[in-house]
Amino acid sequence: MAEASSSSSGYPRQVVYCGVCTLPPEYCEFGGTVKKCEEWLEENHPQMHAKLYSQEAIEQGLSALSVDAQKRAAKDAEKKAAKAVAAEAKAQEQRATSKVLIKRIERNKRKYVTAVQGLEAFGLDIKKVAKDFGKKFATGSSVTKIPGGGEEITVQGDLSDDIFDYVVETYKDVPEDNMECIEEKKKKPAS
Amino acid sequence: MFKKDITPGAKSKVKSSAQRGIRSKVLEQYPLLEPYIDDIMPKKEQLDLVKLPDRVSLYTLGATPLFFQHMDDPLMPHLTLIHRYPSCFNRLRIDRGAIRFVLSGATLMVPGLTSPGGRLPDDDDDEEGIYGEEELDAGEVVVIESEGKETACMVGVLKMGTEEMKKVKKGQACEAGHYLGDGLWQLSLG
Repeated sequence: MAEASSSSSGYPRQVVYCGVCTLPPEYCEFGGTVKKCEEWLEENHPQMHAKLYSQEAIEQGLSALSVDAQKRAAKDAEKKAAKAVAAEAKAQEQRATSKVLIKRIERNKRKYVTAVQGLEAFGLDIKKVAKDFGKKFATGSSVTKIPGGGEEITVQGDLSDDIFDYVVETYKDVPEDNMECIEEKKKKPAS
Repeated sequence: MFKKDITPGAKSKVKSSAQRGIRSKVLEQYPLLEPYIDDIMPKKEQLDLVKLPDRVSLYTLGATPLFFQHMDDPLMPHLTLIHRYPSCFNRLRIDRGAIRFVLSGATLMVPGLTSPGGRLPDDDDDEEGIYGEEELDAGEVVVIESEGKETACMVGVLKMGTEEMKKVKKGQACEAGHYLGDGLWQLSLG
């Protein structure tokens, strides 16, 4: 967005997007995380920060609205900010409480599959993780639906300890204490 | 259309014949894009089609979304594309007060466009003529910019012709298609 001109030269135009709320920085004020956005912008694009958050710009923005509308807008912004904070807190709490289960399931005597549940709570894309598991351990690995709803990763072979180590090492977002290995014996009906 | 967060469905490659079709449709709809079409969708590149909920399909090039389409409705440009080529589309401008409503997904109402801060085609205050002179009819795809900002905040389909808007000055102006911060915007294409 270096050129502010609306002439058609110099396309494609480079646009900077805020690293916090993903909107173009001009719109950060509507995103509910203004404080963080401002800090981010100051750090990463000081020039733009100077332009957008100067005293003049703020005053100009306010004077364009009637007093009544200003009040409403402020109230709305406050609400939105509160919502954003609450959402973040909730996400963090969920992260702290949710568990990753690594299950070793007996498939046939001496043959096992390993099921991994709960990785999605840590912001991981389980499809991708499944692919990574498959690559890392050179086994079949897939995402399967579980009866209670949701999805889990099923890896062929008894890999519970290996997966435990691998997850701890590669996905730093997942705390080690939140992971658990369990064994599940499946009784197969005699056929 | 994308008020809630959405999860992308199946991703498939677009046949090169279909790709040509899309290309010509885009040019037909947005003739101003012509000089840049080779940058937007190079002939040799493989486009992808991502299926989204509610029968919306999104055309992407690698990880950059380009256009989306609901069933056989007109193709609509993704906002990142608009930001790169802003002057290639029909544009309107809303006043400051309307921004926050638009960004929370409301249907755009006419007063936001007719007030002093808003701009419609053939506006007396529009000195540079960037908002065009031709009146637009209902059903056209328009890009909504906002007062005091450089980048567009929404793209949608007009519900009312601009000429009528100037006369009536109330009612719904533009159906919310895709706005900054909605599900489509948040969608990450890995």
